[in-house]
Amino acid sequence: MKRHSLITRIWHWINAAALAVLFMSGLNISNAHRHLYWGNYGFDPADAWMTVMRFPAWATIPQRYDLAEARDWHNTTAWVFAIGLLVMWIVSIVSKHFWRDIATAKKDWSPASWVAATRDHKRAASGEKRKYNSVQKIAYGTVLGIFLPMMVFTGLAISPGFEVAAPWLVEILGGRQSARSLHFIFTWALFAFFIVHIVMVLVSGPITQIAAMITGGKKQEADDA
Amino acid sequence: MPDIKRRALLAGLAAMPAAACTELAETGPARNVFDAAEDWHRTAHRALANRQALAPEYAPEERSPDIRGNGTRVIDTPEYKNAKAEGFSNWRLSVGGLVDTPLSLTMADMHSLPQRTQITRHDCVEGWSAIAQWRGPLLSDLLDMAMVREEANFIIFRCADILYGRDYYESVDMVDAYHPQTIIAHELNGAPLPEKNGAPLRMRIERQLGYKHAKYLTAIEAVASFDDIYGGKGGFWEDVGDYQWYAGI
Repeated sequence: MKRHSLITRIWHWINAAALAVLFMSGLNISNAHRHLYWGNYGFDPADAWMTVMRFPAWATIPQRYDLAEARDWHNTTAWVFAIGLLVMWIVSIVSKHFWRDIATAKKDWSPASWVAATRDHKRAASGEKRKYNSVQKIAYGTVLGIFLPMMVFTGLAISPGFEVAAPWLVEILGGRQSARSLHFIFTWALFAFFIVHIVMVLVSGPITQIAAMITGGKKQEADDA
Repeated sequence: MPDIKRRALLAGLAAMPAAACTELAETGPARNVFDAAEDWHRTAHRALANRQALAPEYAPEERSPDIRGNGTRVIDTPEYKNAKAEGFSNWRLSVGGLVDTPLSLTMADMHSLPQRTQITRHDCVEGWSAIAQWRGPLLSDLLDMAMVREEANFIIFRCADILYGRDYYESVDMVDAYHPQTIIAHELNGAPLPEKNGAPLRMRIERQLGYKHAKYLTAIEAVASFDDIYGGKGGFWEDVGDYQWYAGI
């Protein structure tokens, strides 16, 4: 059994590319109105709970302020991201990848297992161990189960044409401007995960790690199959 | 050139594909994908919701303190200034194009038609939202009075305001034109429309973003295609900035 299945590898790279485009075009869209509000309405900067920085052109797609084109990139790439996530979730559940590798047991939530995972982190991350430790399970579970789906739901809730089909979604999220604020917050939660993810890859042997996510990694004895 | 160096370091991997993206979008294939995606968005929205499904309506106390004026806020032409000074008593709204009975309606006509009052949320493409009460006759009633012909596919809204030297205009298809919340508002929060919000008449297209809601309305025209109208993309922002004609997303 390979370390990463073919579908995981394909999804990983498509998802990485889609998120990069969504993130950078999203920063361009943010520049159009840099104030975030709670509730259903908000237009006066005096009512904003937060005013974000103007993101520089080099960090955005396209590489100049252009709301119309940024929206094209963002809303087109959103299809790739959302369909990819849906397919990955279905495959993970059907193939039992989720239950076997990511779903946590009670012991994964004990501080002792987190300490053990941290002490063990280099070995765990280098792939000597086939199974994810508690911290990895929680991190990947949170990203796959909460952060990524919330990007889809909060994004859909901002669309007035979609709201007509699912007004309850906007209500659950606390109104359109709350959904927009949450879209922004989950973006940065994902960005924080991305930074930690890259650091972990770098400290645990980037060549082996990246190769494993491309080729699948060397065959391993399945210890539970 | 320390600035360039620092930029290159900072932007690094991020900016190179981004620059490629910018290049790609302006040279063809990506444009076609974007245009296709705009169709998917419209098709998906209409497949998921009933075509007549209503946008949310709010209680009076849920309104925002004001509604921001965007785009044109003041019109400087002598014609508009005169019209405003006269309290818009001589303002005319024409209904024409592919219709059997062209109309020219006064403000009194607009008040005497059956009215709809709705408290809805206005979402700007920039990201902000405001909630206000709008009142006016249904566009569908005007189109029925004028007897729109079978071959009409779109409704064009012509406006009195000029932005960047061009006439503002917009368009919708028949699904949005006949939607029960598509009204021609003459009142905002119980008072005649203020100039910044489109006095004396403006469109409400409740399931789409703000730039579709044409202000300072002078004419409604039924057409088979908008290819030959102004820039041919169906609206001012669509022509000027390549904004999406379907603004439901």
